[in-house]
Amino acid sequence: MEAILQPWPWYVSGPLIAMIMFILIYFGKTFGMSSNLRTLCAIGGAGKKVAFFNFDWKSQRWNLTVVLGAVIGGFIAHHYLSVTTNIDLNPKTVEALSQLGFENTGQSLLPDELYSWDAILSIKGLSILIIGGFLVGFGTRYAGGCTSGHAITGLSSLQLPSLVAVIGFFLGGLIMIHLLFPLIFS
Amino acid sequence: MKYLKFLIVGIIFGIVLVKSEAVSWYRIYEMFKFESFHMYGIIGTAIGTGIILLQISKQLKINNIEGELVHVPKKQKGLFRYIIGGTLFGLGWALSGACPGPMYILVGTGILTVLIVIAAAILGTYVYGIIKNKLPH
Repeated sequence: MEAILQPWPWYVSGPLIAMIMFILIYFGKTFGMSSNLRTLCAIGGAGKKVAFFNFDWKSQRWNLTVVLGAVIGGFIAHHYLSVTTNIDLNPKTVEALSQLGFENTGQSLLPDELYSWDAILSIKGLSILIIGGFLVGFGTRYAGGCTSGHAITGLSSLQLPSLVAVIGFFLGGLIMIHLLFPLIFS
Repeated sequence: MKYLKFLIVGIIFGIVLVKSEAVSWYRIYEMFKFESFHMYGIIGTAIGTGIILLQISKQLKINNIEGELVHVPKKQKGLFRYIIGGTLFGLGWALSGACPGPMYILVGTGILTVLIVIAAAILGTYVYGIIKNKLPH
């Protein structure tokens, strides 16, 4: 039980994620979390105006059920299966974030500097979350998938487009962290 | 009942991503700084295990529960959509620290401000749907 309550090592987590992907494929579906964003647009009635959202969203109820499960899983893991939320980060990472103005690094899942109610009540804080979320939603649909659909499923099935997409994910991530973060947070 | 299995898969997915810390903004930042093997280990072993599972099921001609051979949907051909869309996604992923799976999971951990990121992601998806035909794919 103690091992479960501690953070899980990568060599346990990675294969478990692959099994989740495989089981969804075995159920005749696929592992793609970002598709739910499109489904949510369709449920909101976007299909009346934009053809891209004009599809039978009810066929995607299984995936929304996975989302519901994921929320419940997050709740269970955080409240009942964790003794600590401290993250064992590289001290260099903590130091670099401290220079960008981040305190208490690694003591929660997300930084208060971005996700606390105080942070989102500032124009800058709110803008960061909105711009970040917008880019994720726009980019993932443009690229036809996200980490689950491209990095895990696409690369596991040896698909070249997914490799290009994952290279893009990293290109974007590196630009953000190395070039833009020093401008955004200083 | 037919949805119960998907609910259970989702619950396991949520638990694994929290326990692996892959839902943490800090872990994503650390990954892009190349200062830890953790995230690379997760993604690498997931892909490695995934390749093995898919190859085995191909060799053994395993059927899915609908009685068809196990198969993965093929991605469409293209270049621009993958490199440009992928880069935009990466920018947002590093900034918000949340990709589309962890977004939902983080709400479950009690961080309700993530709902702003989800709403913005839905908006981003909607805008893509509107201008899709004007973009190179």
